[in-house]
Amino acid sequence: MESQFPIIQIMNEQGCIVRSEYREQITKELVMTMYRHLIRTRMFDRKCISLQRQGRIGTYVPYEGQEACQVGSALALRDGDWMFPTYRDHGAMMTFGRSLTQTLLYWKGRTEGCIPPEGRKIVPPSVPIATQIPHAAGTAYAEKRKGTKNAVIVYFGDGATSEGDFHEGLNFASVFNVPVVFFNQNNQYAISVPITRQMKSKTIAQKAMAYDIPGIRIDGNDIFVVYFETQQALERARNGRGPTLIEAVTWRYGAHTTSDDPSKYRDQEESKRRRETADPIKRMERFMQQEGWWDEKWANQVQEEASVEIEQAVAEMERYPKANPADMFDYVFAQPTWTIAEQKNAYFQWKRGIEG
Amino acid sequence: MIQAINEAMRQEMERDERVIVLGEDVGKNGGVFRATDGLLEQFGDCRVFDTPLAESGIIGTSIGLAVNGFRPIAEIQFLGFVYQAMDQLAAQAARLRFRSAGRFTCPIVVRSPYGGGVRTPELHSDALEALFAHSPGLKIVMPSNAFDAKGLLITAIRDEDPVLFLEPMKLYRALRMEVPNEPYEIPLGKARIVKEGEDVTIISWGATVPLVAKLAEEMTTQGIDAEVIDLRSLQPLDIDAIVRSVEKTGRVMIVHEAVKTNGFGAEIAALISERALFSLSAPIVRVTGYDTPYPVPSVEDEWLPNAARIVEGVQTLMRY
Repeated sequence: MESQFPIIQIMNEQGCIVRSEYREQITKELVMTMYRHLIRTRMFDRKCISLQRQGRIGTYVPYEGQEACQVGSALALRDGDWMFPTYRDHGAMMTFGRSLTQTLLYWKGRTEGCIPPEGRKIVPPSVPIATQIPHAAGTAYAEKRKGTKNAVIVYFGDGATSEGDFHEGLNFASVFNVPVVFFNQNNQYAISVPITRQMKSKTIAQKAMAYDIPGIRIDGNDIFVVYFETQQALERARNGRGPTLIEAVTWRYGAHTTSDDPSKYRDQEESKRRRETADPIKRMERFMQQEGWWDEKWANQVQEEASVEIEQAVAEMERYPKANPADMFDYVFAQPTWTIAEQKNAYFQWKRGIEG
Repeated sequence: MIQAINEAMRQEMERDERVIVLGEDVGKNGGVFRATDGLLEQFGDCRVFDTPLAESGIIGTSIGLAVNGFRPIAEIQFLGFVYQAMDQLAAQAARLRFRSAGRFTCPIVVRSPYGGGVRTPELHSDALEALFAHSPGLKIVMPSNAFDAKGLLITAIRDEDPVLFLEPMKLYRALRMEVPNEPYEIPLGKARIVKEGEDVTIISWGATVPLVAKLAEEMTTQGIDAEVIDLRSLQPLDIDAIVRSVEKTGRVMIVHEAVKTNGFGAEIAALISERALFSLSAPIVRVTGYDTPYPVPSVEDEWLPNAARIVEGVQTLMRY
């Protein structure tokens, strides 16, 4: 199966374009946009880990190493498209328009962190595994029924492919031929469980065969192949040609969350080696150097801008007024039922009482 | 009742283009109980469609459709199979509004036949309402007759939140009843006083209501004047109707098909103890299924809250 589903690249580890047909589409402008997002996304992730260590946000889920998957696929979306992310996809969400402040608020444990900007169709990240996949199929079906050109992207990891909802979602989507892209980030570990314990199949892309939809296996650390393959899958979706399964093979350098220690279940040398040989950002830098597009001053400026934006977002997050306990009670139903109304009322009365 | 359910869906689909019907065998076959009979012919396969056989997928896809502007009526063929969709209902549909502070909502109706007494194979008869009453964000409606079924289903379809609509399959064709032709709503959270009485309050819902009502009528000849309350919906719950009645009679029996321990009857008993304890002149009696899995058909009549157990329960209450 591996030979039937080889890992496709547009740019190899050395930053060389290996598929010349894409040469013209890779403009300097596109590359600069991608690079800016990659840097911002990585710096944000590192900042969050530091904030978590200082107790300024709660448990955090890092994605360092997977930036090309998230930035590349999100840049391929159009404004009217839908995004169904998981808890590790805030890189994609921020690229698609969720603000850094909202993202920080999410990790701070605030309701506001689940509310996308007005008009942006980013559904709150799924926390249990694979549950969002049938939702994406249903939302894509709605777009098809409405006759729009909007498409849906849904993210999930390698572990999700063991869940029933993964198969039910792909099955529904393929039976109804709806405009959805199933974007898998195969970082090869589900917390501590390696992919060899997750499945006997050698690839995730091959699972598409069972649903008679295209299955594409790409180098998830090559932002060009991520971007163009996602774009093509979205185009097929918009043009009535149904769903696609993309397997983006990648690697998370760090922990599953800030609450676990990956050295317990895997050799950290592997992450070190991959940082040297396969890092998505270094690869992009090599490419730019070879093109003669690399400009140290500009690169410093990109970092500086990202740093300012991140610091502003942190300040904004920390200026937020204390969370309102009403968040415990509101928005369960359009109109609260009497038990909720009564409990809310009793809570606030009790609170006023003890606070004098 | 099955006709009333069919008519409610038909009229709502005529009124609102966003209403669609999906599930296993709901299209060509018109549902295994014929609840969706004729809908495919009238509305076409864009609005009435069979799905793959996957409960989680049916509810999950319905959530996605609802998030994007549709109002799906999903059918779970038998309530005992809903376990396979438990996460999508209790953790996904129920929480979407809450998780997004109202930005995304999930107006779906999940219809499902439930209840015993019809000699089904295993896992077709379970009454699982308490599981969902324990899952914040879901409404639970359980009609006991054709008139209520139509009005409650119309209200459920128009509701902005997910509603579980549990249909007692024993009653699908049990009683003939005049049902108005025009659409009408019955508000959720309003109980129906089936029979007024002074001596004892019998609270029930869904499948057991007709039996309770019949027995209450018969008891009048023995000089027992029972009040019968049909809750119609458990979430929201009409607590006022319960308290009013308990304050009047002082004796309470709760009848439901679901297993006893942690059944919804326990919640009602707790609410009565919080709100009307000193009106009680006797311990609350619950007549329910036993704390065992729904049994095989050859013994199910003994397992179900039957006439003999209900009558005995009332007599116990009347001794106080």
